[in-house]
Formats: sequence, structure tokens, C-alpha cells
Amino acid sequence: MKVPLSWLKEYIEITLDPHEIARLLTFAGLEVESINFIGLPQPDQLQNQTSIYGLKWDRKNIVVADITKVEHHPNADRLVLAQLYDGELTHTVLTGAPNLFQYKDQGKLAQPLKVAYAREGTQLYDGHNSSQELITIKRKKIRGVESYSMACSEKELGISDEHEGIIVFDSDAPKAGTPLVDYIGDAVFDIAITPNMARNLSILGVARELGALTKTPIDPPTANITISKSIQSALAMPNIEIDEPELNARFTATLIENVQIKPSPYWMQLRLRMSGMRPINNVVDVTNYVMLEMGQPLHAFDYDVLRNRSETKVPVISTRLPKSGEKIVTLDGINRNLDDFTILVADNTGALSIGGIMGGSDSEVSDDTKNVLLEAASWDLINIRQTVTSQQMQSSQAGYRFSRGVSPEIAARSNLRAAEMIRTLGNGKIIHNLIDEYPHHYVPNTVKLPIGEIQRSLGVDIPTEEVVSILIALDFTVEQKKNILHVTAPAHRLDIGIAEIGTADIIEEIARIWGFENIPETQISDLMPRQENNTLLEKEERVRDILVNLGLQEVITYRISSPETEQLLHPIENGPYVHLANPITPERSAMRRSLLSSVLECAQDNLRFQQRIALFEVGPVYLPELSSSDEQSSLPLEAQRLSIVISGQRLSLSWIDNRVDSMDYFDLKGIIDELLQAAHISDYTIDDANHPSFQPGAVAKLTIDGSQAGLFGVLHPDIASNYNLGEHLTLAADFDLMAFVDAMPDQYSSKPIPRFPAIIEDIALIVGDSITNAEVVASIVKSGGATLTKVQLFDVFRGEQVGANKKSLAYRLTYQSEVKTLTDKDAAKLRNKIVKTLQKELGAQLRSE
Amino acid sequence: MLEALDTIKTTALSELKKTSDKETLRLWYSTHLSKNSPLIESLRNLSNVAPKDRPAIGKHANQIRNILEEAYKEQTHYLHKSTASTRQKHTDLDITLPGRSVNRGRLHIATQTLRRIYTIWADMGFQIYRSREIETDELNFELLNIPLHHPARDMWDTFHTNTPGVILRTHTSPGQIHAMRANAPDPIRVILPGMCYRYEQITARSEIQFNQVEGLAIGTNIRFTDLKGTLTDFARRMFGNSTRTRFRASHFPFTEPSAEMDVECFLCSGEGCRVCKKTGWLEILGCGMVHPAVLTNGGYEPNKYTGFAFGMGPERIAMLKYGIDDIRHFWGNDLRFLEQF
Repeated sequence: MKVPLSWLKEYIEITLDPHEIARLLTFAGLEVESINFIGLPQPDQLQNQTSIYGLKWDRKNIVVADITKVEHHPNADRLVLAQLYDGELTHTVLTGAPNLFQYKDQGKLAQPLKVAYAREGTQLYDGHNSSQELITIKRKKIRGVESYSMACSEKELGISDEHEGIIVFDSDAPKAGTPLVDYIGDAVFDIAITPNMARNLSILGVARELGALTKTPIDPPTANITISKSIQSALAMPNIEIDEPELNARFTATLIENVQIKPSPYWMQLRLRMSGMRPINNVVDVTNYVMLEMGQPLHAFDYDVLRNRSETKVPVISTRLPKSGEKIVTLDGINRNLDDFTILVADNTGALSIGGIMGGSDSEVSDDTKNVLLEAASWDLINIRQTVTSQQMQSSQAGYRFSRGVSPEIAARSNLRAAEMIRTLGNGKIIHNLIDEYPHHYVPNTVKLPIGEIQRSLGVDIPTEEVVSILIALDFTVEQKKNILHVTAPAHRLDIGIAEIGTADIIEEIARIWGFENIPETQISDLMPRQENNTLLEKEERVRDILVNLGLQEVITYRISSPETEQLLHPIENGPYVHLANPITPERSAMRRSLLSSVLECAQDNLRFQQRIALFEVGPVYLPELSSSDEQSSLPLEAQRLSIVISGQRLSLSWIDNRVDSMDYFDLKGIIDELLQAAHISDYTIDDANHPSFQPGAVAKLTIDGSQAGLFGVLHPDIASNYNLGEHLTLAADFDLMAFVDAMPDQYSSKPIPRFPAIIEDIALIVGDSITNAEVVASIVKSGGATLTKVQLFDVFRGEQVGANKKSLAYRLTYQSEVKTLTDKDAAKLRNKIVKTLQKELGAQLRSE
Repeated sequence: MLEALDTIKTTALSELKKTSDKETLRLWYSTHLSKNSPLIESLRNLSNVAPKDRPAIGKHANQIRNILEEAYKEQTHYLHKSTASTRQKHTDLDITLPGRSVNRGRLHIATQTLRRIYTIWADMGFQIYRSREIETDELNFELLNIPLHHPARDMWDTFHTNTPGVILRTHTSPGQIHAMRANAPDPIRVILPGMCYRYEQITARSEIQFNQVEGLAIGTNIRFTDLKGTLTDFARRMFGNSTRTRFRASHFPFTEPSAEMDVECFLCSGEGCRVCKKTGWLEILGCGMVHPAVLTNGGYEPNKYTGFAFGMGPERIAMLKYGIDDIRHFWGNDLRFLEQF
């Protein structure tokens, strides 16, 4: 909402600086996002959220001037020479402004044209540049005629984007030589209006807020029509029928006859443009002007069109829901299929406009319009909002206001105000009084405010007389009965709720005007709630910490993916998905089912720039086939997962050791071994697995406490080729995080540091190729008992020496007792037992034998 | 005999001074203090000495032995120190060569920021309560005092799923209802972190997914003054001990009164800079007293209980703190970005 300061000043006497006004409004919840200083000097810095911009007008060099004569340019058809008096001297000014061409070569003008004149050396915006580029006016010859100054457009002065012609002021503009800034210098506030402040989508509304904040009375605009009683109208007023009072609480109409359609005076055009609207003609401009001023959208019909559609020449205007299949062509030229809930303004022939949002093109005011029927009505905000959404009419200013709430109480007043302006500006006549159908009357809302409630909510004691004074300044009426204030909201306060919600609404008003900065700060003195651990989160964070300690980088990827993206990783199983009904792009059309797919994408993006990546993510996937156990409704399960992707060089290039080794399965396996150990998870197995996403034979299945934790291994080359992962192997893990979290103990026991020396010995075994390390270790651990404290594999060898289909595994065994120093004899005994068991269970042989 | 011992002493001490490294020192020791050295031998062969001289000679020999042992220790210490310094001087170690590479892991900057926020709130007794991301319209909007077709809905652009009435949460606020219903009528002090979604174009300033941390305190005596004090405490912990705050009126359907909290720009200390757009203040979070309708929906009687709520964006805070100019860096996960934190 753009609010020119000059316009505000019509309703409130205020001498504060623009930045002070911006601060007051911003702190009261009307956030002034920017101030455009039009000609006025700008303050250096604003201590609020407001940004400032604008062009300062030099008082000496930018002045009002009179063009007295317009002559053709001797050498250019598209330029004219204007004779201009600036209060001191007469100058010749070159201009190509099309709005001067009508005066060309007519000799001395009967009435001089009042314009904005910039002298030599003045800084202005370049009118021909699409952005705001500063230029300095310099003396030069254009097609043989010297030019050193100019008559300006609004764009050149930083008022608006208008550059069709130069500004021509109304004839009552001040005398030549007056500094322009004194005449139309202004500050335009751009205010963000929150949904609860729909009442402030008007200059008057903002003036009211300022009035309450500064305790200044406001002077609302007059709303009286001048009725020409002496003249008999040839036209009858229409009949109004309201079918749906719930949707159309009030409908008022005035008729302005014999109107001359023409451009609005400059002052009105200027205000409309400063407020971001485009002037059209005096009738349409008045409807927009009064909407901006009062907050009531209005609509003007060409009354002769309506009369001609009616057999009796007395139109019957009804507001109703559409008939099935009914259509309307609106002002924007769109032929609209109407929803069955959309309320229409119609006559016996058909729809005239979409109520409260946009008129139909048939009855639009045109240059030929003579008689104007002016509508100001009230509509149900929810209903209007549904239509605005369904018909995509968000750009309609009327729809915007009605869908946020406009009080029915202002309809008649606004209509009278606009009708009178149209009458004056269009030299028309008003013969009939306003028609006012008001079937659904506004009922004033009174709310009880126990005085203690203010302290209970705000924590601060505001004197009751101050509370009352604030409410009165906001146009509430207040009646005190013992310790309860009975507060009645003014009609424009549709945001005040009923009962206890209304009470909260009123307290907010008191706090807002009293000023949040006047409310002290305290520590909470209320009872501290019972404190508990969030075990799930703590363990999840522990997993993150472990992986970071192992040198991995955490990533956080988009959780919105698409089946097509995930198909790259999971060509077979693919779904079901939680699909979005309104995706922003096809690549983000459904909630992901695979965390690994997201991390692989991330790996791919990074491998373009990195020699090594080691990434992990902890995050949810969304499984609609499973629903959360704690929900009554069947919302999709959000399952936390852990994915790891590593690829590339093991270490970055170094002067110490410049071998460049690629990471392989065992780099990933090492991370997983450490993760399990650091998480104090001991009950797990790692087994052969098969999965289409992984390379056969190089993928393992991790089972924790008997439940599937997931897979890890080498990404299948066919799958890897779906991505751009470079020449290195890609190692990936995809786990159910809960399998880890559930198995992570809340506590565990430590062991004492051994007091007796250890005996260390190495054994090399020859086993069949199909025997796994895990099987060998399990056998060793079992037979070694408590005295065997450590088993480390340190060599794996295949070759002729060990024979075909066999391999050699070398282990370093550590024996250590908690109760005595072991002898060589003890060690030999244990070793024999271990070797015998290995022979028996796995057919292993000592390599030395 | 005594003179002979004194000669041994003098010779040994003067030779000791000539030792220059471990090897010569070892040699000196075996010459003068080993089992076969004349001094130790003289002690061992004391029985060959006349009995009346034995005490004097024995005593003297032992004194000399102690002196030499002491001198040996000193020389060892001295040589150790001097060889250490010589070693450095004589080798060609370039101490500026890069060290062996270590692969350092890191938490994502969003996680780091979240954890900082968790810690501060935990210190103030606010515990973490997480809730789901795919929500019902009822939880995300209606129970938070945002009815269907209400103008306030314009504040959130929503991703809808193919299931009518099921959406991606637009804020962590539905967690307020979950937390209230789980705890009513007990007092509550929680923060609700998590990912939220908005139907927006992805630009340098706006994302389709972002973390939010919402906070909620409910009790029989929670007031707007407490809200101001608690959030100012938070701002000091998060942005520095001298941070000042200010509160502006605002609007959220689920709080009333509603406010925006600004903190004094910590980059320019309020002087005005590019980041704070020359205003000296940064908009950090929205907050307010819990709306009576929301209290009711959560199971608390509004005439008995009051509460405050607030919400902030960790990514926005990180952007301000670290001068990150593009929000897309967060989920872009470019290591060249992530490795800076």
C-alpha cells in the first residue's frame, strides 16, 4: 500500500518528519518498507526497517514555469520549441513531448501551460533509460537549435515511470519561479499491510492509525452529494434485488447524468500514479481514488448500456449466483466460466460484473458514456476470496480489498463521495438520491475486557485511564462497569473477534499503541516444566558426530525429489510416492523414498570439482505405504535414514607420499566398523547380500540385533553409469537409522587397564577360498575365550604357494590374563586349542606346517 | 694411595669435559666408573690395604666416586641439551612444508547453527520436541487459527500432496499443537526444530525447504514481559553479550499480541551497513502471546493459562552471521561452500 504524505495530511494535521512517521507506523505493526522521497531532502539514516530512495529537487533549479508559446522546430518534425517563462527570464526549451503538439504554432497561448522546469546543470533521471540513471542537463545544439534546460516528465523527476509527455499542471498551480518541491514535493510510504489490518488498505485508515499513535484527531473526507432538484431526470433509477444477503450484505447505487468523460485533473493523476495506479479517465479515476482514500472499491457502469438491455428502460439489477454454464467477459477481455459460488451483479439479460472483483466488458465506461451508474457494495470476504483464487484474479485491487474485509458501513458514504467527485470533474448532474439496499445489517461488537486481563497477558500495569484513552483514540467506545471495560469496536474494525478472542484482540491494540518498547523485560517466573532427555535426537546427533570424527562431511539435500530421479538408483522398486499436487518443477514432484539417491546426486555434483568426497546425510524418507504408529490419521511414515557415499582419492596429493590411491570397499567398511564400535553396538552381523543397485559380490548386509539395518558396498557399475561419478569406484551405504539408534546403549561398562603383560603371536592359516574372515575370527574368538583379548588380521594372500582355491590369512593374536602373568606354556596351550578348533570347524591349516 | 685417587679424580674430570657425544661419554664411563675402572677396582680391593688406612681410603674413594657420578650426570644432561640444539641446526628440515594431510569431517552449517540454538535454549530449560513434516491442513492451519479461505492464508504458499487435506508443513507451528496435546495441562517449555516447505521459486532469497525453530512456553503465569526478557537473553547468547533487541508490532494468526524482534546489527554494531540495509537492525524472529483459540485447540483453558511462542530461521541467522549471500548454497551442498564452516 503506497501512501503519499501529502494525501495523509488532508485528514490529519501532522508535522513529524517522514522518517519519524515511518518509525511510528512500523512499530505499531504497519511496516513501512520504503519511503520514496519525491523532491524532498532525505535523512541520512533511518533507525527502523525502512529503506529510502528518491531524487532531491534543487530548490533554485527546478521550478514551476509557464509555457506561453509552442512553435515548430525548424529542422525536426518530432520536436517543438516552447517559449517558457521561469519567473525571471524567458527561455526557449526544446522538447519532443507529444502533449505539446496540440499547441504547436498557435501563437501566444490564451492561458499559459504550467510545467516543471529544470535549469542548466540540474541533475535528473534519464527519461530514456529504463532504470533510474542520473544525468546532468548540459548546453548543446540539437538539430541547429541550442538547448540548455528542459521541461520535465514525471519519470525525469523520479515521481513515476510516466514519460509519455511532460507534466502539465492544473491551471491553479503556483506562479512561475516557485520551487517545485514546495508545490508537489512529497514522501511516499510503501507499507506492508498484514491480513488483520485490512482496514488500513486506505489512506484514511493509515491516517486513523497515525491519529491514535500521536493522539491527534482526524478529519475524514466529506461525503455529500449536490442534488439538482430543479431538473427533472429523463432516467429512472434501477431496481435493486439482493438474492444472497449473506454474500452481498449491502448494495448502494448513485446515478450521475450527462457526464463528460475526459482525463482527470493533474493532481488526481499524480496521486493515483504515486499510489501505483494508472489514470484512465475521470470516472474510472474517481472510483480508484475513492477506493484508495476510503478503502471501499466502487464500480461504474455505463447506464445507457443497462437501459438498452432492459425492455422497460428501467433496469433491474440483481445480485445472484450464476446459472449453470453461465459465462462473462470481464474488463480484462477474458471469457470466464463461472464457478457456482461466484456472486454476480446481473440484470435480466445476464451477468454485468463479478461482484466485488471485476466488471464485465459490456457495460464498461467508455469515452462515449454519458450517464454513470456508480455501485458501492459489500461482499462476503470468504466468498470473494474463493472466486479470486479460482478465477486467478489476484491482480484486482477491488478483489484484494474485498477478500480481506471491507466494512459494509462505509459503502454509502464512499458512494456519495465518489458520485460528487464525478459530478464535479465531469460537469454532470445528480438528480436522484442514493439507493441503499442493506438487508444484512452490521451489528456492533461489544467485548468484555476485565482490567486484570491486561496485566495477566502483558505483565505490565497500564493505568486504566491510559487504556481507555488508547481505545478511544482508535474509535472504540468504552464503558467501565466495576473492573470490566465494555469495549465496542468501531464499524471498520472487522478484525475484532467475539468473547475471549475479542478480549485478546483488544489487549493487542492496547499493547500496540502503548508501545512494545514501553513494556519491560522479565525472566520467566512460572514453574519450570519437568526436564527429560530426547534420547532419539541425542543418539541421532551422536551418529552425526561419529561420522564427522571419521572424516566425513555432512550434507543436507532436498527432501522433495521425483520418481524419475530415484529410478536412476532403483530401476526396479520405485514407489509408492507422496506426490505433490503443485510441484514447482518436474524434478521436485514427490517426497523422496531414497536418501541415498539424494546423496549420490550430491556426490555427482561435487565430483566435478573434487578429487575426494566422503559424504553422509541423516534425514527422513517418506513412505506412504506405512503410516506412523502414533497417528490416528494415516499420514505417511517419515523414516529416518543414514546414507554414506565415498569416492575418489584416499588422501589428497602430498609431497610426502604422492601415490594417488582410490578408495575401495575397505575404506567404507572401515568407516562402518568404526561407526559400530563408537556407537557401542556389538550385536551385529555382516553377510553377503544381493541388490540391483550394488555390484554383486561387493555388497554386504548389516544386521543389528537381528533386524535389517541396510546395505553397503560398491555401487553397481550399471547404476554408477546413470550418474556422472568419474572413474573412481563409488562406495555407498544406505541404512535405517533406527536400527542404529535402537541398538545404541544408554550406558556401557568400561574395562580396567590390564595389569599383567600380554603375549603376542602371529599365526598364518590356509583356508578354502569360500571361508570368510568373519567365520575364522568367530572360531578364534570362541576357542580363545576370555584370555584372547585381540585378533587382528594383517595379511591376506592368494598364490601358488598356498594352492588353488585357497588363501592364506595371517592374524596377530593377543593373549592377556586379568589375574596372572601368562607363561609361554599357557600361550602354547591356548594356541593349540585355537588351531585345533580351526582345523576341525573350517579345515584350516597352519601355513608353517 | 690417597694421592693416586686424587689423580684419578683430576684426570677423570678433565677428560669428562672433553666428551662431546653419547659415544665418548659412554667410553669415559667405562674407563672411569665401570667395574673394571681403577677407582671401582680400588674400592673392591680395599682388603689389600692396611686395616688402619682402610676407613680413610674407603671414604675418600667413595667421595670421589660420588663426585664423578654427579659430574657424569651433569655432563650427560649438558650433552643431551647441546646435541638436541645441534641436530636442529644441522639438518635441512623446512618447517614450513605442509603437514601430512588429514581428512577432516564437518557438520553441515545448518546443523551447526541448529545445535547452537539447541544449546542456548536447553540452558534456559527449553527442550526439543520434533514433529512430522507431512501434515494435515487441520494441524498446519485450522487449529492454528487460520481457517480455510481466511486472508491470513496468503502468508503461506503451500505445497499440497495428492491426498486432499494433506500438505507439507509450511512452518513448525503444527508442532505447537502436538506438544500441547501431549502435555496439557502441564506447563510447557519446548523448541520445535525442523524442515518446512513453501511453494516458492528457488532464488537467492527464497527456498522451497528451510529449517525453522519454533519455541513455545505455556504456564499459568507467562506474560509478554517474559517473552521480551527470554528472547533478549537468547539474542545475547546467539549474537553477543552486548546485543540489543527491539520489538515491533506484527501479525501472526496464532499469536496475539504478535511482534517481530529485531537485533542490533552485529556486523556494524548498529552503525548501518550493507547487510542491515543501513538501518542498524536485523529482523531475526517473529513472536507473540499464544492466541486463545490456539490454547483451546491445544487443550489449555485460555482463562487459566497463557503462553508465548516464537519462530526463527536458522539458515537466515547463518546467512547474517557468515555473510552468506545466497540461500541456495545450503542445499546445494557444494563442498567448496560447506568446507568453509
